[in-house]
Amino acid sequence: MSADIGQVALAALLGTPAVGALLLAAIPTYRLAAALNVALCAAPLAAAGALYGHRPPPSLYLLVDDVNAAFLLVGTLVGFTTSVFSAGYIAHELQVRRLRPRDLRFYHGMYQLLMFAMDLALVSNNIGLMWVSIEVATLTTVMMVGMYRTNAALEAAWKYFILGSVGIALALFGTILVYLAAQARLGAGLAAMAWDRLAAASGSFDPALLNLSFVFLLLGYGTKVGLAPVHAWLPDAHAEGPTPISAVLSGLLLNVALFALLRFKLIMAGNSHVLAPGPMMVSMGLVSLVFAGFMLYRRRDIKRLFAYSSIEHMGLITLAFGLGGPLANFAGLLHMAMHSLTKSAIFFGVGYVSQLEGTQRIADIRGLTQSAPLLGWLLIIAVLAIAGLPPFGLFTSEFLLVTSTFARVPWLAVLLGLGLMIALGALVLRVQGLAFGDTPHRHSLPAWRLAPMALHLALITVAGVYLPGPIVAWFRHVASQLG
Amino acid sequence: MSPFDSQIAHLLAGSMLLVSFMLLYQDRMFSLLNFFAIHACVLACSVGWQAYVQRAPHLYITALIALLFKGLIIPVALHRIVVRLGVHRTIENVVSIGPTMLLGIALVGLSIVVMLPVTHAGGEFVREDLAFALSVVLLGFLMMVTRRNAVSQVIGFMSLENGLVLAASGARGMPLVVEISVGFSVLIAFLVIGIFLFRIRARFDTVDLQALDMSRGESA
Repeated sequence: MSADIGQVALAALLGTPAVGALLLAAIPTYRLAAALNVALCAAPLAAAGALYGHRPPPSLYLLVDDVNAAFLLVGTLVGFTTSVFSAGYIAHELQVRRLRPRDLRFYHGMYQLLMFAMDLALVSNNIGLMWVSIEVATLTTVMMVGMYRTNAALEAAWKYFILGSVGIALALFGTILVYLAAQARLGAGLAAMAWDRLAAASGSFDPALLNLSFVFLLLGYGTKVGLAPVHAWLPDAHAEGPTPISAVLSGLLLNVALFALLRFKLIMAGNSHVLAPGPMMVSMGLVSLVFAGFMLYRRRDIKRLFAYSSIEHMGLITLAFGLGGPLANFAGLLHMAMHSLTKSAIFFGVGYVSQLEGTQRIADIRGLTQSAPLLGWLLIIAVLAIAGLPPFGLFTSEFLLVTSTFARVPWLAVLLGLGLMIALGALVLRVQGLAFGDTPHRHSLPAWRLAPMALHLALITVAGVYLPGPIVAWFRHVASQLG
Repeated sequence: MSPFDSQIAHLLAGSMLLVSFMLLYQDRMFSLLNFFAIHACVLACSVGWQAYVQRAPHLYITALIALLFKGLIIPVALHRIVVRLGVHRTIENVVSIGPTMLLGIALVGLSIVVMLPVTHAGGEFVREDLAFALSVVLLGFLMMVTRRNAVSQVIGFMSLENGLVLAASGARGMPLVVEISVGFSVLIAFLVIGIFLFRIRARFDTVDLQALDMSRGESA
């Protein structure tokens, strides 16, 4: 019975966005399309909720386990709230004629296709299928980043395209090497690409081949995660595309790429003769954290500022998973969920700010708490949360991470703390200029449009103050599975 | 696989590597396109041969895609785009040809050093084939790094991708190879359409930081 519900939920999870993409590409009226987009994003969220309790039996192509159920729930939730935000955001873009009505068919179709690709990447059991779906997700976001057709947008899309393709190509080479390692033991064919079989049998694989494959996979999927030094596409893509896409990129796509990396880390973990993947991930994470922290100071574009903050946080999460162990993995998982919620909330806010003020230049935006009080204060809360201050969920996860690092590798904790402080300073400095000061402007913004942002902030505040027992137990269980 | 079969496979993979080197030193756009077409045709032969010796008929589809799409349609389309954009005269290199060739030889050395000791498991044939494939991939990277022009960058990417298809077809019984090669073809089609629609002439990153900051809206 439970498995039947799981099957239906899995079909709904993948089917709704796939059908939705075709449907929305055909609907010309904006209001209907935006409403349908929200409805079509609600179904996968419900399906992900059902998958949490009811697991379908694994097949050679698809698999739902404890790990990806957690990623799915966060992903579909952010996808749903972003679709609500997008409805209001796009209405304004139509009004000021930055987008034409016929762009919207494309936009909504692509949005659903992106959701489909990301859900598929998360539930795929076949490492080739996972690769294909991440490629599709990349392609759809490339096209949405270039949607405004300005020079800067095309530049950003092109750069993202080239760097993303190179990353994807490296990841494919790594995938082929993993298949070769598996094929010698599991025989040719689909079984040697099924992740659950690979993870179970990886102890007998050729260690040298696995080592080499992980280097390619780390660089390849690491490009998509936005780890330094292969992060160059990320700030441009966030800054020049429509803001809902920035929210989805930071809140979802980076996580999906990281998830792919984690899957391969688990394959490595099953073999005792390979190089430990942890130190490689820790060093890339640390470099991203410190580098992005310094880069935050020189940013003049508001969306670019928060894009660098995403690099910083992805660095933190990679560091946590690289460190491994139950506590650091728990911190990494919690941080990932909290970062998704907080960063997308920030982009919701930033999207409205740039629309109301008509600019993305930080220097031109002042006194938001006067001109749009509710938006201004929500943005302050969100930025304080992303900077890692209490009482928000990100504080909890960063605290856990720092303490567990300190207990195991003290000198690493010093660097980690330094990186966090640098980023905190930059963000507080910037948000002051944005939020306070005198301004003649007065904006009106319907309160319902701020609902997604308020919801996310409420969730991270609750998580920071009191994390419910079942969630703790679930995350602890997942963390123990991550090795 | 009999020794003769693997000799032929090596011959074809080795020819791909040779054509990759020839791509590196082309200094005219049209000849670059012609050599890329040859690259794709050699790939098609190589994949076709793998399909024959592995008794894997689905690989013939991949070979056919390589032959028609990458060996014919894409070079012809790029040829027309190059004429339209007026970038056919010379190719601007960031690094001149001599050092590029030396770097290329070093990369081939690297891939042999990396691959040969690694792949005992796959058997003699697979590991040599993989060393060839990795060399082609790395030379594709080298080309993308050393060229300024968007069209030649795309050709670099496509030669890299040819190396990946070579590796995938050499991995015995690998599923989804056809799907992956179709996926790559879609990607390449988008790249080419992108160049055409948006008249992208040069890659955007430059050593001139001032210009870069301007276009990013980051200047003071």
